[in-house]
Amino acid sequence: MRLVLAIITLFGLTGMAQAEGALAPVVPVATGDPHAEGNEYWRKHHMELMRHGRNQTLREGERDIDASLAQCFDCHTVEEAGEPVTYESDKHFCRSCHDYAAVSIDCFKCHRSTPSDNILNRAMATPEEPNSIAAYLERLAAEASE
Amino acid sequence: MSKCAELTRRDILKSGAAVTTLSLASGVTLMAFGGSDADAAGADAGKRWGLLIDASKCDANCTDCVTACKTENGWDAHGDHASPETSSAWIRKVTLKDRQTGRKVSAPVMCQHCDTPPCVDVCPTGASMKRADGIVLVDKHICIGCRYCMMACPFKARSFVHEPVHDQSVNAPRGMGTVEACTLCVHRIDKGRIPACVESCEAAGHSAILFGDLKDPDSPISKALEAYPSIALRDDLGLNPAVRYQNL
Repeated sequence: MRLVLAIITLFGLTGMAQAEGALAPVVPVATGDPHAEGNEYWRKHHMELMRHGRNQTLREGERDIDASLAQCFDCHTVEEAGEPVTYESDKHFCRSCHDYAAVSIDCFKCHRSTPSDNILNRAMATPEEPNSIAAYLERLAAEASE
Repeated sequence: MSKCAELTRRDILKSGAAVTTLSLASGVTLMAFGGSDADAAGADAGKRWGLLIDASKCDANCTDCVTACKTENGWDAHGDHASPETSSAWIRKVTLKDRQTGRKVSAPVMCQHCDTPPCVDVCPTGASMKRADGIVLVDKHICIGCRYCMMACPFKARSFVHEPVHDQSVNAPRGMGTVEACTLCVHRIDKGRIPACVESCEAAGHSAILFGDLKDPDSPISKALEAYPSIALRDDLGLNPAVRYQNL
């Protein structure tokens, strides 16, 4: 009887292991180069890296950071009918895992959950750009010398 | 920015982040490196950004600075606010009238980026903060929406977001339950650009808002402040704001 139970348990466990494949979160395939540190590292540590980056940007003013939401969107955005899905959709790449893990995140109460066309402020201004501080100071100097 | 320091920080972050989660000692080291690097890039303690607003150049009927601020930072967009009472105002046009003489004067009022900001003094969480270069900001990551800062601000510069917001501008993340205000377009300044209100005022042909570094004695704003009379709003409070007014 014990043997039968053990066999049933064993089969049961194998069956569960097979079913787990279907129950695990379906992670959308990303584009671009893979993370050098590996997926496992980023799955475990992305929040710490992002928290470090957000404090650097907001408090220190350093905007060229290693982990920002905009950089996540570059590769991980899921599109539906040609449009990137927002956090409202359960297809959003953040939700695919966070829904599964029952972890509620509030990033998107303030941040947009889709990539933005506005990429102007991701690059340093060149003095040729009229709204750069350098060009502005030049205009003021020219005005003062008149 | 020193490339060496950048590499050091990145290397530490990439190779040592796993260790820092386990050991407090490495965590301290990591923060020390992050701090020294931030001095090299980002907010510069050797600068203090400010504005000089010449009310005589400001057209009472022009609201281009307000519109530019809305467009740049995405507040008051998409009809986020159910009523005018709950709408945000990062910058607003204020018209003053002298009752005796009838003289009217108009000027924009935004966060005055005080040297000793009362909003920072009263914040219970440290969300209300002043950067090394003098820009006063709200860290919405830790803002609990208590609105003490709104009560403390003598300039009515801060707003509370009452309703959920969607599709925010990438320039200025903002959300329900947090306080917000003029950031002096910090996202632009960090990338070497002038604030949106300054740009729009110049484009409108008024050039009523002068932008510059108050700590640099040779900057146009410092020279103008030295040469001509100007006032700080509520100067009696001794807050030493970075926004000054002329001909008010």
